[in-house]
Amino acid sequence: MKHKTFMAFIWPSLLAMILFIALPIVSVGYQSLFIEHEQVLKEAKNCGPFGCTTSVSVDAEAMNALREEQPAGRYNGLGTYANGSHLAFDEITEIFASSQNFGEIRTRIMNLPFYKALIFTLAYTFIVTPLVIILGFIIAIVVNSIPKALKGPVIFFSLLPMLVTPLVGSLVLFWMIDSRGVIGALLQALFQDPSLSLKASPTLTWITLFVYGVWHSAPFAFVVFYAGLQTVPQDTLESAMVDGASRWERVRFVTIPYLMPLATFIALMQLMDNFRVFEPIIGFSAAANATTLSYLIYNDLRAAESPLFGSAAATSMLTIVGVIILLLPVLRRNWRDFNRKA
Amino acid sequence: MTTFFKTSVAAIALMASASLANADCGIEKGSVRILSNDFTALRVIADWAEKCATGSVTVTRNQTQEHKNIQTPALTTNPASYTVAMVASNSIVPLLNDDLIRPLDDLVAKYGQQLNDSQKIVVDGKIMAIAFMANSQQLFYRDDILAEHGLTPPTTYAEFFAAAEKLRAAGVMATPVSSNFKPGWNVAAEFVNTYLGTGADFFAPGTAALALDHDAAVEVLDNMKTMTEYMSADWATYDSNAQKPVWEAGEAALSIAWGSIAGSYIAEDNPSPEIAKHTSFAAAPTIGDHGIPAVALWWDGFTIAKNISDEDAEASFRAMMNGISGDMLAENQEAAVWLIDGYEPSKTSAGVLANLQGGARPYPMLPYMGLLHTALGDNLAEFLQGKESADQALADTAAAYNTAAKEAGFLN
Repeated sequence: MKHKTFMAFIWPSLLAMILFIALPIVSVGYQSLFIEHEQVLKEAKNCGPFGCTTSVSVDAEAMNALREEQPAGRYNGLGTYANGSHLAFDEITEIFASSQNFGEIRTRIMNLPFYKALIFTLAYTFIVTPLVIILGFIIAIVVNSIPKALKGPVIFFSLLPMLVTPLVGSLVLFWMIDSRGVIGALLQALFQDPSLSLKASPTLTWITLFVYGVWHSAPFAFVVFYAGLQTVPQDTLESAMVDGASRWERVRFVTIPYLMPLATFIALMQLMDNFRVFEPIIGFSAAANATTLSYLIYNDLRAAESPLFGSAAATSMLTIVGVIILLLPVLRRNWRDFNRKA
Repeated sequence: MTTFFKTSVAAIALMASASLANADCGIEKGSVRILSNDFTALRVIADWAEKCATGSVTVTRNQTQEHKNIQTPALTTNPASYTVAMVASNSIVPLLNDDLIRPLDDLVAKYGQQLNDSQKIVVDGKIMAIAFMANSQQLFYRDDILAEHGLTPPTTYAEFFAAAEKLRAAGVMATPVSSNFKPGWNVAAEFVNTYLGTGADFFAPGTAALALDHDAAVEVLDNMKTMTEYMSADWATYDSNAQKPVWEAGEAALSIAWGSIAGSYIAEDNPSPEIAKHTSFAAAPTIGDHGIPAVALWWDGFTIAKNISDEDAEASFRAMMNGISGDMLAENQEAAVWLIDGYEPSKTSAGVLANLQGGARPYPMLPYMGLLHTALGDNLAEFLQGKESADQALADTAAAYNTAAKEAGFLN
């Protein structure tokens, strides 16, 4: 395709991407370099239904003047990125200087909010992504081999977890694992332990979240693999049969190599999606045991009466950097394949 | 004939109620746009403010639990999207910080004769909000179960735990206690409650520097941890709404919960009428020998936006005066602990009023209190789960608060 024709086709979506993706990211990046103006405080007598006290309030007029002058706030450079709620450079230096052994270093770093969230986010990404690919592949193979009449309904039901809104899906599961819920009560009966609660212990909460993640995303892998399975060359499969390949050998040596590019595609999508995991943390009320980077952003924007925009922006930028690092190996591989073909 | 008679009576009644519904608030013209949280008492007030609507006065409302997140952007625009923002002790702070609400002294002088002095929220000499109800957490208890085991409603946490222990030992309930300990806003509110009960302050006077009294804070944390030992293993997922079904299932006998939902616990349409009948309320227990109910007092009130025309401001204030009028009160005595003249306490208000009389302290209306509240909410769960020490939890809280306060410009 000529470059000119290519541009003619691509420019509308390019424009949309610049307007709705690139520019907002630039603005978030800009925001992350600023913090709020120094607050001008004044002390005065304040009264209410429960009596009067002398207390502090913000001098709103003085603050308005400051904001008029510099609407973005005070320039802080990369200070927000380095502070204790993000990369925590000072804290980590201090931890290395004052800890006795590696175990203590690890525990203390894991206690910093950013790293606590990062470790769960990474664990979720690297456990859920491969399981989704494997499970999706198995479902696709199974569905592909069932009688035609059943295929429609089976595909529909296999897709349901993906169709359900993530928040709703996690809430449904959350109530099912409640000690009064179907799964929770069943587990208690199975293990004969009335105090067993999937919501209480960190390990069980993590496992629950992983299971939820696989449940929610497997249909996506399934659909992609199922579509791919329809295009597996039948003559290769037949000649493999003639050569005496068993069913498993046909899958192993014909189907899997053929579907490999699709697996790369799913891995790419899932790495991105899983690194941004958020809804299940809210849905499962899991914040006591597991936080993610996206949850930190949400918390900065929603928890306090006044949102911490700079902090949220810095975490957002760090998340983008994280996604890029995660995708690099996959992208590099794609790029190499592309060059080899060309 | 009878049909004709009935229809005409019905028609007259309809007309009468229609004219009643449009009470004459004396407003000539203007637009009233209300933003508020969503619970019974606020709905009632908005209903009564809406009665001021006429051909030339429009009254609209948006009642949502998201109000706190909407209010700042919505009142920043000029003209503001809402003319009235209903707020509480904490949610007024961002509006004050950003200078988004107007002083009400003139309007109070002209149209606010019905108000008590205690309803006027005065900041720096100016009336910035009008309070209409008080709220706080309180003790909920099952009077039948306590009486059966020879227990009186606990007034201190020592008695509270003794009662819980007795109920557990007697095999009545494995986890007789319930409270809002969900990490985030809820668990932080419980810490603030109990900490206020020690009589200590959060900040160095006049500054944003965190100055928790270490001994008091550790005492509070230990107290909270003891509570979790008598609570369901799922305590970390219980907020105010989630613990109501637990109570209605008869799985708890002692609970620290919000006064504003007390009414729904004993309402006639409660799904467990037997439990509802035996649910009683009292002041929150005191902690240690401090003798102060370990609970924060809150007020709910309304503010008027700054970025609106004076005409709309006047219309809004007068509509809200109708919203919190004596007539409204007469019909809704039970809906809240009203600060309005003519309020007669009922069963549901017993706890909040007992807190007030017991000398409970108000939730601090400080510009940086929200940051501390968030820091507490994010850093107490690990201690309560037994994963870290109280000192570590307090150190983490202080670190989180200091970082946030620096970013918000309160600390250097």
